[in-house]
Amino acid sequence: MSTQVAAPAAETILRSFRIGVSWQRLLLLSPALIILGVFLVAGIFADLLSAYDPEEIVLIRRLTPPVVQEGGSWAHPLGTDNLGRDILSRVMYGARVSLLVVVTCIPASALIGTLIGLLAGWRVGWWDRLLMRLVDMQLALPALLFALLISVVFGRSLLNVIVIIIIFSWSGYARLVRADVLSLREQEFVVAARASGATDRRILFRHVLPNIVNTIVIMATLDVPAVILIEAALSFLNIGVAPGTPSWGAMISEGRNFMTIAWWPIWMPGIAILLVSLTGNLMGDWLRDTLDPRLRNVR
Amino acid sequence: MGAQSISAILISRLLQGILVVFLVVSIVFLVSRLARNPVEYLTTDETTAEEKELLKEQLGLSGPIGIQYVNFLIDAVQLDLGNSFISARPALSEVGSRASKTLQLGAAALVFSMVLGIPLGIIAALRRASPTDWLARLLAVLGQATPNFWLGLMLIFFFSVQLDLMPTGGSGGVEHIVLPTITLGLLSSAVSMRLTRSGMIDVMNTDFVRTARAKGLRESTIIWRHALRHALLPVATILGIQVGYLIAGTIIVEQVFAWPGIGRLMLHTITVGDFPVLIAAILVISTSIVVANILVDISYPIIDPRIRAGAR
Repeated sequence: MSTQVAAPAAETILRSFRIGVSWQRLLLLSPALIILGVFLVAGIFADLLSAYDPEEIVLIRRLTPPVVQEGGSWAHPLGTDNLGRDILSRVMYGARVSLLVVVTCIPASALIGTLIGLLAGWRVGWWDRLLMRLVDMQLALPALLFALLISVVFGRSLLNVIVIIIIFSWSGYARLVRADVLSLREQEFVVAARASGATDRRILFRHVLPNIVNTIVIMATLDVPAVILIEAALSFLNIGVAPGTPSWGAMISEGRNFMTIAWWPIWMPGIAILLVSLTGNLMGDWLRDTLDPRLRNVR
Repeated sequence: MGAQSISAILISRLLQGILVVFLVVSIVFLVSRLARNPVEYLTTDETTAEEKELLKEQLGLSGPIGIQYVNFLIDAVQLDLGNSFISARPALSEVGSRASKTLQLGAAALVFSMVLGIPLGIIAALRRASPTDWLARLLAVLGQATPNFWLGLMLIFFFSVQLDLMPTGGSGGVEHIVLPTITLGLLSSAVSMRLTRSGMIDVMNTDFVRTARAKGLRESTIIWRHALRHALLPVATILGIQVGYLIAGTIIVEQVFAWPGIGRLMLHTITVGDFPVLIAAILVISTSIVVANILVDISYPIIDPRIRAGAR
């Protein structure tokens, strides 16, 4: 199943790249690509690049200001937090946590959501009702609350965070895909395909899916910042990663109590989140404009 | 599509909605009972075993979990969700006052996001690549990228701590709801703006809009009578999801601003083990989300005549 979904998607993307992504359009994307590159390098090589152990507590150097402020030094370019931990190192390890969440959650939830949305939109009968009630159930139980229950029962860990995010983000894809399929199924080319005796599978994966692949790709791209934000929010509420783990959300949560005397412990991870999610959103925009051939004609 | 089929859809969706709420409440009941023995929250190390047994008996926590569950369901059908373990008042009335606070905040945020997002999206789509478009997209991208808890803290940092214009938290006059509303509504407004904009751009390039133009219709007629209802279909889809986001968001925003709503109540009940109140809160929340989604589903055939739900 999965390869059949992936094949037309990859094809569509490749085709649109072949058609006419000019150097100018790629250049437009370069700031986003640079930030993405920094984020990836920081996340993947955090252990090689960071000068300090992100969890090492040294109280004597606590709340050292960043280098841009008086009293700061290049020893700790972004300063230290209330326990004297180096913020730059923690931000880099935090990138790793976010990266892990992104590469696990998004492919899984996009795949599950797309398949369910296709089925629900196509087989309008009881299949649709059953699947959509499943979607409703998740929408009716706020993910944060469920996460809270999970953290009380199973404890706090990165794995639990990932599972919770997958459980709660596939339904967005399912709803969107279903709405598209509902609209597409009435259109002539689908009716014609059905009339000519094509199997449901063939119609869905050959005719319907290519028409909604763009929606899925754009949604997945926009989901990158969303997923990063969910992890950060869970960790901010102390129901995400295990205590002490350098996650951006957890850093903001800890820095919050010292907000009036030291700005940097909440600014630095906040800016990191902002930059990475900005990048994700910009790429979503760019992809949308690039993938949609109708728009290219207008331009 | 007549009014009758809409009411038929409505009835079946209502029944399904009741099923969803039932399942959600059941899951929370079972998970919360598995979580930890609430008696442990309410007693100290010095409480004797007999006293603990007595307390369990009083709170209806003794006996196998299956029987507890059946008893819970029998009471719940009569809208009796038990009494709070802490205050001993009926759980639903504990939730009531808090829910209205969350409703205030959620409604303010939803209105804020729609009023900001939809018109901005339309204008941005109609004047593509204009300064308005760039500004709208910048706002949208920033709004979507900023984590709401960080935004809330930044707003407190600038408007409350530095400028001393707004209260840092709590509830009271109108000034208390301003910062939480912006914090909660900005993301939603960014989402609505993006969807309206992209939907509008798609629609303006369709054949029927070209036909309408060829017919010599005024641009405003084309936009309001023909294009907008198509463009708003994805907005309607996302609206149901947004109610969920807003409710999840209030849990965070209420925590940041010490807003005494249902989200803060739930976080509190979980930490003190007051499960009847937790379940009552979940019942209220899941019911409102289900109702919102039903409204969205009914709006599909009204907005898009191409959709004939149930027709094969």
